Amino acid sequence: MIEVKGLSKSFGAVRALDSVGFEAKDGRITGLLGPNGAGKSTCLRILSTVLEPDLGSARVGGIDLKASPLAARRVLGVLPHSSGLYQQLTGRENVEYYGRLHGLGEETLATRVDALIERLELGGIADRKAKGFSQGERTKIALARALVHDPQHLLLDEPTNGLDVMATRHLRDWLRELRGQGRCVLLSSHVMQEVEALVDELVIIAAGRVTLTGSPAELAQRFPGRSLEEIFVDAVRSSERSAA
Amino acid sequence: MNVVFTVCRKEILETLRERRTLASLLLGPLFGPILFTLLINVMISRNLSSIDEVLEVPVLGAEHAPNLVAHLRARSIEPLAHHDVKDVEQAADLVARGVYDVVLVIDDAFDKDFGTDRAARVALVFDRSKSRAASRVSRLRDAVDGYGRQIGALRLVANGVDPSLSQVLVVDELDVSTPAGRSALMLGVLTYFLLFATLTGGLHLAIDTTAGERERKSLEPLLTLPVARSSLIVGKMTATVCYMLASLALTLVAFTIALKQMPLEQIGMSSTFGFATAALAFVLLAPFAPLGAALMTTVASFTKTYREAQTYLTLVLLIPTLPLAFATMLNIEPAAKLMWIPSLSQHLLITTLIKDQPLTPAFVALSIGSTLAFGALLGWLAVRLYRREAILG
Repeated sequence: MIEVKGLSKSFGAVRALDSVGFEAKDGRITGLLGPNGAGKSTCLRILSTVLEPDLGSARVGGIDLKASPLAARRVLGVLPHSSGLYQQLTGRENVEYYGRLHGLGEETLATRVDALIERLELGGIADRKAKGFSQGERTKIALARALVHDPQHLLLDEPTNGLDVMATRHLRDWLRELRGQGRCVLLSSHVMQEVEALVDELVIIAAGRVTLTGSPAELAQRFPGRSLEEIFVDAVRSSERSAA
Repeated sequence: MNVVFTVCRKEILETLRERRTLASLLLGPLFGPILFTLLINVMISRNLSSIDEVLEVPVLGAEHAPNLVAHLRARSIEPLAHHDVKDVEQAADLVARGVYDVVLVIDDAFDKDFGTDRAARVALVFDRSKSRAASRVSRLRDAVDGYGRQIGALRLVANGVDPSLSQVLVVDELDVSTPAGRSALMLGVLTYFLLFATLTGGLHLAIDTTAGERERKSLEPLLTLPVARSSLIVGKMTATVCYMLASLALTLVAFTIALKQMPLEQIGMSSTFGFATAALAFVLLAPFAPLGAALMTTVASFTKTYREAQTYLTLVLLIPTLPLAFATMLNIEPAAKLMWIPSLSQHLLITTLIKDQPLTPAFVALSIGSTLAFGALLGWLAVRLYRREAILG
């Protein structure tokens, strides 16, 4: 469970987040949806404790981020915007490095890594240097890396970026599987169609504010006769008007 | 501690696999000794030439002064049998163009003036900016002067005057430099090569710690791990220090081997630089590695990309040369008040070592202690900078 209350963050004169609040429940996939520059990445970076908010608070699994960031990082798995793999290390070594930094013992680590490599069908590339990986392979390894310590919460920043159709389908399957395991999955995207079929909850964010929340079904009920895409576009427009 | 070890091990492994970084690691250890060998060999050949070699000099107007020419011949200065010098202007031109190092021009009126109360004239044509020719010029000048003095003394005797009357002063020169001490001047450059190699050994990793990870977008996920940022950066700096020490050790070994091949005795110098000295030099220079690692990491943390960091760090590589330049220019002697300055203190201690003089334990302790303290201070600064949000760029 991720709880966000009144998060604000400015970079100089630019107000990236303005009192953002929402919840992402366990066993659900929550989509943080918004146009480019809406503040999605800033929000996820605060949740992954890389940035500190100016105002507001956030709790991950009941752990306050500000009070105990290290404890919060233990229950968080993060797939950042760019995979950021170490080119000279093999896929397996990349995953192992993070496992060790999470403090996993060598035996647990070996078991976890083997299981992840099998589940993500990484057998063919696991022992190759990350240098030559395709975008899809990079994302797979980065996902394995994010899951190596078996986190309850998963943050994914535009995970389908640059993936082809097949890789996107695979990714969706894995995310559904993680949801099935009762995990809390929070992902960001700027394309409504991409998340429509996947997410249970939508948090639409524009110009640093939350403009609309609800499940796709709820939203369809509240705005009868309009597609989710139209609802998204309307919400973004009205929010940007009020901000300007 | 575990985190520091994990990070350090990964950095060492990753760097080891990168060809570019391995090349730069080997560059320092090879570049120094090769350049140094060339330098020494040039010096040796120049020194030898002034002692044994027959100096061939074009002499214009040799027919006017056969006795002078005979005097020069007796001192292994051989007038060139055939040369194309016709007058003083042409001699000047040929010297300026580097055809000859020096030309002796004997005045047309030499034989007429010689033996009268007018001084006979000769001219030396040379280029003072050409240091290679300096020893030849002074050899020729000494020989010509000696001839003049000899004839002068004979004339005084012929007139019943004791020639020693005209000699008011006798200057005795006592050169107290030991053979090892003489080589110290040249080997002093050694400290610079050693410090330079130490720094270049860690250059890549120091950049990679901040700018490199940022550019490859691997910094952000790294910072989401449940480990203190201070442990991450200390691990990275430890790996940097490991590479710097490896580079230093390699350079010392290369120098030791190179110096053993050099005919230093031929020019009256002895080098005591054996493997035992090299080991001691390693101990004296090793404390500079943490300082350099922290300095480079701190500077690199302000930059956005690998290239930008490289530009700034090239300037950082010049920093250790500043105290060395002053020390060489001012001919500074080791003193307690200088031992707290990193790089200068290492230079003075290494110079002492090469001169085969005893090391003062207090100086050594002061140098090591102060260098490590500066390193700790800069390391602390690097950790502080790593904690900023701006580190993400």
